[in-house]
Amino acid sequence: MKRRKFIGMLAGAGACLAASSATAGGTHHFKGYPESFGVLFDSTKCIGCRKCEAACNKVNELPAQPVPFDDLTVLDKRRRTHHDTFTVVNKYEIGNKPVYRKQQCNHCLEPACASACFVGAFVKDKTGAVSYDASKCVGCRYCMIACPFEVPTYEYHDPITPRVRKCTMCQPRIEEGKLPGCVEDCPKGALVFGRREDLLNIARERIRKHPNNYVDHIYGEREMGGTSWMYISGVPFEKIGMREDLGITPAPELTSGALSIVPAIVGLWPVFLTGAYALTKRRDKIAEEEQHHAVAEAVAEAQAEAAKKAKAAMDKAEREKQSAIDREVKKALKEAEEARLKAETPADPSEQ
Amino acid sequence: MSHHTTPNKTFWTPANILTAVILAVGLALTVKRFTMGIGSVTNLTDDNPWGIWIGFDLLCGVALAAGGYTTSAAVYLFGMKKYHSAVRPAITTAFLGYAFVVFALLYDLGRYYRLPYPLTIYPGPTSFLFEVGLCVALYLTVLAIEFSPALWETLRWKKLRFWAHSLTLVLTIFGVVLSTLHQSSLGGLYLLAPSKLHPLWYSPYLTLFFFLSSIPAGLSMVIFEGGLSHKFLHHKMDETHIKEAPGVTLGFAKAAAVVLFAYFNLKWIGVALDNNWHHLATGWGTWFLVEMFGFVLVPCMMYAVAAREKNQKLAFYASIVTVLGIVLNRLNISLVAFNWQLPSELRYVPSWEEIMITVFIVTLEITVLRICLNKLPILHEHPEFKGAH
Repeated sequence: MKRRKFIGMLAGAGACLAASSATAGGTHHFKGYPESFGVLFDSTKCIGCRKCEAACNKVNELPAQPVPFDDLTVLDKRRRTHHDTFTVVNKYEIGNKPVYRKQQCNHCLEPACASACFVGAFVKDKTGAVSYDASKCVGCRYCMIACPFEVPTYEYHDPITPRVRKCTMCQPRIEEGKLPGCVEDCPKGALVFGRREDLLNIARERIRKHPNNYVDHIYGEREMGGTSWMYISGVPFEKIGMREDLGITPAPELTSGALSIVPAIVGLWPVFLTGAYALTKRRDKIAEEEQHHAVAEAVAEAQAEAAKKAKAAMDKAEREKQSAIDREVKKALKEAEEARLKAETPADPSEQ
Repeated sequence: MSHHTTPNKTFWTPANILTAVILAVGLALTVKRFTMGIGSVTNLTDDNPWGIWIGFDLLCGVALAAGGYTTSAAVYLFGMKKYHSAVRPAITTAFLGYAFVVFALLYDLGRYYRLPYPLTIYPGPTSFLFEVGLCVALYLTVLAIEFSPALWETLRWKKLRFWAHSLTLVLTIFGVVLSTLHQSSLGGLYLLAPSKLHPLWYSPYLTLFFFLSSIPAGLSMVIFEGGLSHKFLHHKMDETHIKEAPGVTLGFAKAAAVVLFAYFNLKWIGVALDNNWHHLATGWGTWFLVEMFGFVLVPCMMYAVAAREKNQKLAFYASIVTVLGIVLNRLNISLVAFNWQLPSELRYVPSWEEIMITVFIVTLEITVLRICLNKLPILHEHPEFKGAH
């Protein structure tokens, strides 16, 4: 195992991932681009004429619609934006009075779509527009999952180059010094274009001057961290199809915590795992050594036992041999003695 | 090892005929998808941009391929050498699993030919999807190298085999790191949609839930496939594999019981963390309880009993319940409890054509797996490389 090479590779991978998620794990507070533009929609002024829809269709060169824009019967049906309709106006009957609400991309200050996109196809521009770059898009549609306002739409029937489609806030027109198409054509002043800070002041002023006409809330001031497109209304926003439970957390903050753990895993996991491997190795080695030791001990013990036994046997044999010799010697001596006595006894009388 | 082939057996068995039909229909639908667009075969809408191709093919596919990293970590890092014979089948399944996840992704991506973009041209590191892409790409490479010795042995390319084999430890550690990251990142994808995912399933712990549950998912797939191999590929298994199989089943059953219990506990902490108890009294709550008790606690208990009683059959059944539970969980998060506030007429139900394409991809995977298990030294050791691990 080339340990140095291995650690080098891990460090490389770690640095790569750590650097990549550092941007998401930041702790700074983003307040939006100071000079950025926005649009304020006032539902008390909207009459549901669909002029904004027509203008949007024209300036964005979208295909002709099956129902002409002066046909207001479509308002009876709930509609949403589509890949060839970047904005729609819906009608809500509240206390027998119609209330209209325009719908399009809200151009969040910290957009969920941009946070979700894994190729950076969405960018929050300093004009305030959230722009989409089809030349980067892979078509994963995670932006559509992420958007809390259900805005991005998709060209599902294009087999080769499908695009995500949504309102551009008419960024090209803004850069030319023109108004967004919908704002320009609104006959009732329900749409006001301007710097976001100014729009907030206008909205606050309208609410302050006519407290009975408005709900005391500027939708988009803080929703999901704030949006460039904002709304004021005479009826609660949830009654005109706008969710009021989205909270004020900017989308990137929803994932930054979990993403910040990534470098930690890359840094720590290999160390722990290598440690686990080393411990296992060591455990095996100790077990092996202990086994060797035990075997050696057992062998030694057996050998000692055998030696002891052999010695005992030898001793016994020795003893037996000795006693046999002794016995033989004794026997021989005895025999000799007997022979001597026998020899002496008959000789005695003859000598007398 | 045995190479019994029955020469008179016809190729057109019922299973093979069914496979052929599915593959033919799948190919036709593939042509439709790539010539007429995603919309021509799916029920996806602007409100429901992700269907079963993401919910099942990607989320379940990756979770169920977790057997690769769990088994190799157990054997090579934690020294559980008695499970060694389980490594190759697990790595093979994981490798094919990931390869087919990527393959399935090509159907779902609008511009599939740009799949390498996030890794090469325009990285978007603020996205959990970027992490998923990066890790899956790297891990697929790791798995390819880990799988390759079976191929080199068959081809008798000893040098390559030696080279691939010498990387085992590094690859195992890489595999665990990458799996930790992308298994959890799949849960992380949904962190961005608190307003769309039902509160009982949405949690700041989503990443941890996905990682933790991938462990029993992987272990269960090893047990499940081990059981099936025993039944259908017994003749391909050598003595070591047959001898070690009960130990693998019961050992993995014990581990799965422990992790499932940890997961069960953590899920309740997740409910408590956001104080979502009141949701339990709703219909969604009932569904959540079915998932939690029926498909987490029940298999956990089954595994525990199986490990204690040394009951392999029970462990096999527990693995089926666990696998179903993982599928249920991933589908709940991606489809069932997702967009729960939309009116029912706007909710997503897959079309028969997109279901068919999923069936086609799974069938293709099983077919390739069958070929691998039959032709490569996976359930047995190659005679020339016996004990060379």
